[in-house]
Amino acid sequence: MSIQILSPRITVVKPWISLAVKEKLIHGFFFLNGILSVIVLLGIFALLVFTSIPAFQEINVGSFLFGLEWNPTSYVKEQYGIIPMLVSTFMVTLGALVIAVPLGIGTAAYLSDVASPRVREIAKPIVEILAGIPSVVIGFLGIVLVGPILAKVFGTHNGLNALNGSVLLAVMALPTIVSISEDAISNVPKSYDQASLALGASKWQTVIKVKIPAALSGIIAACMLGMGRAVGETMTVLMATGCAPAMPESFLGPVRTLTSSIAIELGEVAYNTTHYYALFALGLVLFIMTFLVNMTSDIILHKYEKVNR
Amino acid sequence: MRKTLSVMAVAFGLLWASSAQAGQGMLQIKGSDTLINLVQKLAESFMEENPGEYIAVTGGGSGTGIAALMNGKCDIANASRLMKAKEVAQASDQGINAKRVVIAMDGLSVITNPNNPIAQLTIDQIGQIFRGEVTNWSEVGGDNVSITLYGRQSNSGTFVFFRDAVLKGDYSQKMNRMNGNAQIVEGVKQDISSIGYVGVGYVKDATGLTILRVAANANGDYASPLNSDDVKSGKYPISRPLNQYINGSPTGAVKKFLEYELGYTGQKVVEEEGFFPIPAEYEEFNTKAGL
Repeated sequence: MSIQILSPRITVVKPWISLAVKEKLIHGFFFLNGILSVIVLLGIFALLVFTSIPAFQEINVGSFLFGLEWNPTSYVKEQYGIIPMLVSTFMVTLGALVIAVPLGIGTAAYLSDVASPRVREIAKPIVEILAGIPSVVIGFLGIVLVGPILAKVFGTHNGLNALNGSVLLAVMALPTIVSISEDAISNVPKSYDQASLALGASKWQTVIKVKIPAALSGIIAACMLGMGRAVGETMTVLMATGCAPAMPESFLGPVRTLTSSIAIELGEVAYNTTHYYALFALGLVLFIMTFLVNMTSDIILHKYEKVNR
Repeated sequence: MRKTLSVMAVAFGLLWASSAQAGQGMLQIKGSDTLINLVQKLAESFMEENPGEYIAVTGGGSGTGIAALMNGKCDIANASRLMKAKEVAQASDQGINAKRVVIAMDGLSVITNPNNPIAQLTIDQIGQIFRGEVTNWSEVGGDNVSITLYGRQSNSGTFVFFRDAVLKGDYSQKMNRMNGNAQIVEGVKQDISSIGYVGVGYVKDATGLTILRVAANANGDYASPLNSDDVKSGKYPISRPLNQYINGSPTGAVKKFLEYELGYTGQKVVEEEGFFPIPAEYEEFNTKAGL
């Protein structure tokens, strides 16, 4: 039936809907597209909340949030404390940012202000290609390359530790930070440079004191996106950090992040058990964490924009 | 317009039909990482001898395979441990009548770095080490080096078997949870303080490792998992059957493949892969399961 309606002869003779209605339909179509991501987000949030709730029929909320041991498949007694995993996630992410942010901003400043146009044209795409390397490959490098190097440098028996994860995540976050920061610095109006240089500032002073501050909103956004990547990354940390569930003791000891715990245990968990629901509760915690990161970055951005005006 | 649509419809129809057919003809096997190499080899030689039969073998751990069998996502689940009573009950709730077949024997091997002078341990000592009660090699007669534990993740049948048979308690929370047998082997090779456990098929030809001799108690004889007689007779104390679980009595392609695995050629492949053929008691067991 619908094929006949689409036939041009009929449409010419008698439009099947008026132009105004058509306009409305198209409007509605784009509106639907626009709110689709909102619906998906709310849907995921609702799913996480409703699948998490049954977990707390058996687990005490306090012992979940503040417990120091996670062992749902224990031989003796199941434990559902998330603190070691929160600390692990925090350590690995923080480590990655400490490495990636200075390096990323430095690279971005180099690409935008120091490098010749030819170098920039070659170097920037190469940095961006780095983002396309699958996380398993990076994790593998962590096992066979970064780990042994770290073990030698720090004199530990092995390199399966938080520092290894941080280094790898820094590599993964770098392309985002470099690429977006470089755009932000390049977009600072030429008049800023010229004014600064005219006042007698050196090129270094101009970049550090004028251009980077002027591009700060973009740079912060870049770092937040990089951080989001680090918090949510799974495979790399799963392979390279040892994944011992004990409370982390130092950057040179093994850690087990929220994401790797979910990835390890969701594959084998029996449906509709406390353990199953507890993993969704972990997902909810992770969701709230990334949500807070994004919201904070948004608030910082807006504040900064106001001051800047 | 109409023509394009009809062509598209036909194309989609064909695609649908062909994909449905592929899904039906393909035997899906999933589970234990200890068994994956062995079953892949078995599947390859089976397909060579039986053109037209297709088998897909994937890993993920015994727990993952058993979960897949319960959810109807695979035909055969590889398991290096037994199904738990809870899992059997859950399966029957889903209408799955899980049946066990033993396809090979494994001497679960405890491995250390070759630079570590320790060559043998008792079951008790291994238990103490992995429970985290003994944390320095000097406590079991070795050098003054702290111990680093390498174990599997909780979806591994080897993780569960080793815990229930050797530790009889929880693993130390400090044990590194590695993502597969091969990663444990790699980790132990690089780390002088290491101790780990893997299926014997993973260490048979491996270099750069010490495969510990293990005794049931301090007065007992130490035996190596590489000695097939000791594994079969149980003198090597951590030997275990490697299993496959199926839904109900075997029929069709499942039966054909299982018979191949248990037959002369299949058991030859088992030996080539470093595991051991099934002893008489399990042959009987399999016969009762309908094979």
